[in-house]
Amino acid sequence: MELFKEDKVYNFLGKGKIFFIASFVLFFISIGLIAIKGFSFGIDFTGGTVVQVKYTGDAPIDKIRESLKKSELFEHASVSEFGSSQEVVIKTPSSTVGLSHDIGDTTKEILKGTGDFEIRRVDMVGPKVGDELRVKGLSAFLLTLLAIMATVTFRYEWRFALAAIIAIVHDIVITFGFVSYFGVDFNIESVAALLMILGYSIHDTIIVYDRVREHIEESKEADFVHIINEAVSRTQSRTTLTSLTVFFVVLTLFLFGGDIMLGFSFPMLVGVVIGTYSSIFVAAQLVVWTGFSVAAYRQKMADKVKIQAEKERMRSQFESGVM
Amino acid sequence: MKLNFRLVIFAFLIAFGLFFSAPSLLQLESGKKVTLGLDLQGGLHMLLGVKTDEAIKARIKSIAASVKNFSEKKDIIIDSFSFSEDSVSITFLDKDEVKNVKNFISEIKGSVVAVDGAKISISLTKEEILRSQEQAISQAIETIRNRLDQFGLAEPVVARQGENQILVELAGIKTADEEQRARELISRAAKLELMAVDEDRAARVNSMSESDASSYGDVILEDANNPKIKHLVREIPILDGSMLTDAHVGFDQNNRPLISFTLNAEGAGIFGDFTGRSVGKRLAVVLDGKVYSAPVINERIGGGSGQISGHYTVVEAKDLAIALRSGSLLVPIYVMEKRSVGPSLGADSIRASLLALVSGFALVIVFMMFYYGLAGVIANVAVVVNLFIILGVISLLGATLTLPGMAGIVLHIGLAVDANIIINERIREGLRAGIPTSRAISEGYKKAMRAILDSNITQILACTILYVYGTGAIKGFAVTLSLGILASILTAIVSTYGIYQFFMSRIEKDKNYTLWFGMSKRKGA
Repeated sequence: MELFKEDKVYNFLGKGKIFFIASFVLFFISIGLIAIKGFSFGIDFTGGTVVQVKYTGDAPIDKIRESLKKSELFEHASVSEFGSSQEVVIKTPSSTVGLSHDIGDTTKEILKGTGDFEIRRVDMVGPKVGDELRVKGLSAFLLTLLAIMATVTFRYEWRFALAAIIAIVHDIVITFGFVSYFGVDFNIESVAALLMILGYSIHDTIIVYDRVREHIEESKEADFVHIINEAVSRTQSRTTLTSLTVFFVVLTLFLFGGDIMLGFSFPMLVGVVIGTYSSIFVAAQLVVWTGFSVAAYRQKMADKVKIQAEKERMRSQFESGVM
Repeated sequence: MKLNFRLVIFAFLIAFGLFFSAPSLLQLESGKKVTLGLDLQGGLHMLLGVKTDEAIKARIKSIAASVKNFSEKKDIIIDSFSFSEDSVSITFLDKDEVKNVKNFISEIKGSVVAVDGAKISISLTKEEILRSQEQAISQAIETIRNRLDQFGLAEPVVARQGENQILVELAGIKTADEEQRARELISRAAKLELMAVDEDRAARVNSMSESDASSYGDVILEDANNPKIKHLVREIPILDGSMLTDAHVGFDQNNRPLISFTLNAEGAGIFGDFTGRSVGKRLAVVLDGKVYSAPVINERIGGGSGQISGHYTVVEAKDLAIALRSGSLLVPIYVMEKRSVGPSLGADSIRASLLALVSGFALVIVFMMFYYGLAGVIANVAVVVNLFIILGVISLLGATLTLPGMAGIVLHIGLAVDANIIINERIREGLRAGIPTSRAISEGYKKAMRAILDSNITQILACTILYVYGTGAIKGFAVTLSLGILASILTAIVSTYGIYQFFMSRIEKDKNYTLWFGMSKRKGA
């Protein structure tokens, strides 16, 4: 089976302006959303406690709220259904430091009398740990961007690296715009998702870049726009297929992973779609705007080959004893 | 036929993957299995903070105790002690004796002495402060580990994290009560002290304030059984738990549990001397700052054993004995992060992610076969072997599989398929261009290789940074993903090529590109 006409070169860049405007609008709407609405950060970052309770039968949410009001620890607590009507999640910004009697024990005592329940999960993160996670997550992200910048510059050119980074940031900002819009919890797994989108985005982008590089090296074509159109068209089939398979997997994770996976699976789901879009319509296009010159690149490559050949000539002369 | 080294490598990979993943997949008795993270099997995860400042205080106190011992031996009379956060000042009656004491102290490692008339101040050097903190943490880890080992759980994890944090992971905790018991056992300071009751002032204890007591070199301690009863005891203990060699549960004449302890030779000596000197006075048995009993000394007690009686259940007494045996926690610890997952929730998570894994995987497999024909089947074989290899390596390394780690695997399947897709697309391109089959395949691999390597190396670099800078969840994710990438480079580039080489003559002969590569019919080369 084949999906795309292999010998046809689609004019992706011809419609560049439309996609540019679309990306631009989405990007800034996302930034606006994140700035205004923000994220509903999980306790991993803010510190606090999450208690997941499962009742036999429907959870008596009102009764639970009533009982929690009596405790100072749960003064600002929120109670919400989780996954099914039997299960609730109680969130409070409080945390405790005592080992022999902690907030989980307190919850158990408070909820006594609300029905037959089982405490399935107690997550408590102290404020200091939350700070540490935030700092560590952010520094891991920035360092990873730097590493990508360095490898792409080394293997391609700095213009490619710059375009790739812009594309990555584009993907991530838009994805988390969605996360903010839908009010999905932002927790440590979301950071893993964020980093995965980063990896996926760069993966897709590099596959296209590889083609661009190949066409520059192998064809005589001087028109960079045409080269890019050709590269994107040639990788079209692969990009779509891979995205579909990844999408399948992430979709099943999103559908069957349950609420506990939502912080991970939702950003992934959006990220795969945005990442695919950007690797087709944004990443390669951006290289054109960085002022990449095919002639200059070819000249550079030719010089490299020349230097290499010169070196080899010297070596062979040296080895055969002719100086 | 030439020896096809790629197939040999593939056979090796299959054998490796199957052999090392079998124990986990089939739940065999022997062999290393994948350790499931606490989020998957249920259990308790805690990040504990250590109050290292207290270690400095304790170190100062112990120096003060040895100065006191020294002075008593030399008949130098101490007028008063005063403690601050990180130093102690001692004032002597006779100014001329100070030099003697100073010489003694300067032999104590890490101490700094300042003399001012009859008063000396002792503090610690910077190195000593660091060393004490360091020691407090490693001692706390050691102690917690010892206690948990005796608690009877399978493979508790007690590890240092960061500068002064301790990670404790207990798998197999089933109930909230069990969890609470474990937490109590960990946090129990179990600091045993034998202290002399200040008989001269004991009668006035109820009218005395903390600072009054402190000015006499005493402390006021609560009674363990009745908080209303106060005891006035000498601040510097005669003995502490560091000289304890054993503690176990015994029973008194009313068949109530009590704890008997035994002291080492040095402790027994000090204990004997003290009881010999103090007949008729009281000796307080203090545990974690509470007085458990304060019997009157009737005669010199040799042999170095004693008892702690109190109102506890047999289980409590047992846990306390464990705590005492494992040594005391010199510094208080507190919870910075706690995550406890009930076993039923863990099972739910496994079910959900397995469902996602299997269904996602099945979709991908069907899709690949449908789209690429036999090439798709070959790709599927590679991806399945990949999965076995990841599982095998994880169990071999003893790494823990967590929820994000599982997500990493799920996601990796998508990316592993990608390598095969890139290769197949390249081969198709070659065939369409009319290149002979064997060259189309070899060039397809050559061209695909560059893109695959470029992208995968970039990702592995990213994963490495994630591993180094990330925390728990992210680390697990980075590990499974990098393992997956490495495995897929091997299976996609080396192994599947070997399969094509093996079938090459047949592919060339029947030229059925629809069957082999899922291409629509057209004139081939």
